Amino acid sequence: MSQPDFAPALERAITRAIAGIAAITDLKRLSGGASQETWSFDGTGANGRTPLILRRAPYGKTVQRSATAVPLATEAKVIRLAEKAGVPVPPVPYVLKDTDDLGPGYIMGRVEGETIARKILRDAEFAEARPRLARQCGRILANIHAIDKAEVSDLTVVPPRAQFDQYRTIYDTYDYPHPVFEVAFKWLEQRLPATPELTLVHGDFRHGNLMIGPDGVRAVLDWELTHIGDPAEDLGWICVNSWRFGETHKVVGGFGDVDDLLAGYAEAGGKNMTAERVKFWEMFGTLKWGIMCMTMYQAFAGGSDRSVERAAIGRRSSETEIDLVNLLYPKVRP
Amino acid sequence: MMDQPSSLELVTAVREFIEKHAMPELQGRTAFHARVAANALAIVARELEQGPNANAEEHARLKRLLGRDGSLDELNRELCRRIRTNGLQVDDPALGDHLTQTTLAKVAIDQPNYSGFQHSPHRPPK
Repeated sequence: MSQPDFAPALERAITRAIAGIAAITDLKRLSGGASQETWSFDGTGANGRTPLILRRAPYGKTVQRSATAVPLATEAKVIRLAEKAGVPVPPVPYVLKDTDDLGPGYIMGRVEGETIARKILRDAEFAEARPRLARQCGRILANIHAIDKAEVSDLTVVPPRAQFDQYRTIYDTYDYPHPVFEVAFKWLEQRLPATPELTLVHGDFRHGNLMIGPDGVRAVLDWELTHIGDPAEDLGWICVNSWRFGETHKVVGGFGDVDDLLAGYAEAGGKNMTAERVKFWEMFGTLKWGIMCMTMYQAFAGGSDRSVERAAIGRRSSETEIDLVNLLYPKVRP
Repeated sequence: MMDQPSSLELVTAVREFIEKHAMPELQGRTAFHARVAANALAIVARELEQGPNANAEEHARLKRLLGRDGSLDELNRELCRRIRTNGLQVDDPALGDHLTQTTLAKVAIDQPNYSGFQHSPHRPPK
C-alpha cells in the first residue's frame, strides 16, 4: 500500500521533535470520520521501536468537527494535565505546529489493550479485572474532576441547565413527537441540580474510550468532548444501559455496581457524590443518546450521509425509550 | 389487491438473499453495511406483521387518555404538548401505563433483542 501524502511531513516533524526517533514506519489509518483522523505508526531509531498515534484534523476540514468538540490542541493540553493528576492516559510527546504542515493535531503513545466492550465483558482474560473496574473508574473520575480547571480556561462551561436547554432545542428542531422523551425532559427539569460545583469533566467516559487490559484501565481516551460541567455527568454516563452491552444488571458499564463506583470516587478524594446525582445523569445520558440517534438519522434524511447505517440508527431511539420507561416507571414484577 | 407475493414475503426474500448469498461474498465495511441492511429489512418485516395492531392499540389508548379524537400523529403531538405544559403529570398512572405499553410494542418491532427490552420489568417473566 502506498504511503499517505503527509507521511514525509510527519516524519520530518517527529524526527525533529522527539529525541531518539530517526524515521517512521507502518503508518496506517485506524478510524475517524471525515474531519478527524487517527493514524497508528512506529517511530524507529536509537530508542528502538516507539508505538505512536497521530490524531489530526486535516487543513480545511476543521470546521466539520462536531460543534461541541474541543480543538485538538486543547485536547492534548487536557490529556497532559490528566497525566499529571494521576489519570491513566497515553503520554503526549508532541503537539503539531503550523510549520509542520500537517493541520492541527498531536502525537500520543499507543497503549496496548482492548476497547471493545463485548470482549472486555465476556473474555476470560478480563475476568479478574472486571470486578475491580467500577471502583477503578470511580478513582479515575475523582482524579479527572480534581484537575485545576483554571489551567484550561478555554473549555466551554456547560452547567446542567445549559446542557438541558441544548438538548431540548435539538429535539424541538426535529419536530417529531416522542412522548417518552417529553416525560424524561420534565422529570429532569424538576430535578435540575441548582448550583453544583463545576469541574473539568471528560464528557464521554464509557466503553470504547477506555483502553482496558487484564490489569484494569490502562488509558482514558477520546477527550474531544471534555468541558466544564457537573462532575456527576461522567458517573451517570457510564451507567447508561446502552453502555452495558447486554449486562443490564451490572449498572456501571456492564461490569460493576454504583456503590463500587462511588466508593472508588470517595477513596480518591471525590466530594459529595451520591447515587441520586448519578441517577439524574443516567436518565439525562439515556435521553441524550436517544436524541443523538435522532441526529444521526437526520444526516440520512438531510442527504449528507445516505448510508443504510445512518438510516437504520433512527430505529434505535426506541432502545433508549424502553430504558427511560424502565427508569421512570420501575414497576416491580408481581 | 396486489398479486402474490405479499410485501412481507418480498422483504423476507431480500433479507434472506443478503444474509445467505450476498454477505458471504463481502468483507469489511461493505459486509458490515450488509448486516445493517438485513437488520433493517427485519424491522420492516416485523412492522408489517405487528405494526397495524400496535398502532391501533396506541391510537385507542391515546383517545382515552386525551379524551379527544384525531390522527395518531396529531394525538401524539397533543400528548407531548400536555406533558410539556403540565396538563399531564409525569407520575400519572394512566400516562405511565400508556407509555409503557406503547414503548414495549415499538421496541418489539425495532430491536427485540435489546437488553432493556429483554430484561424490562414490564414484560411478563419468561
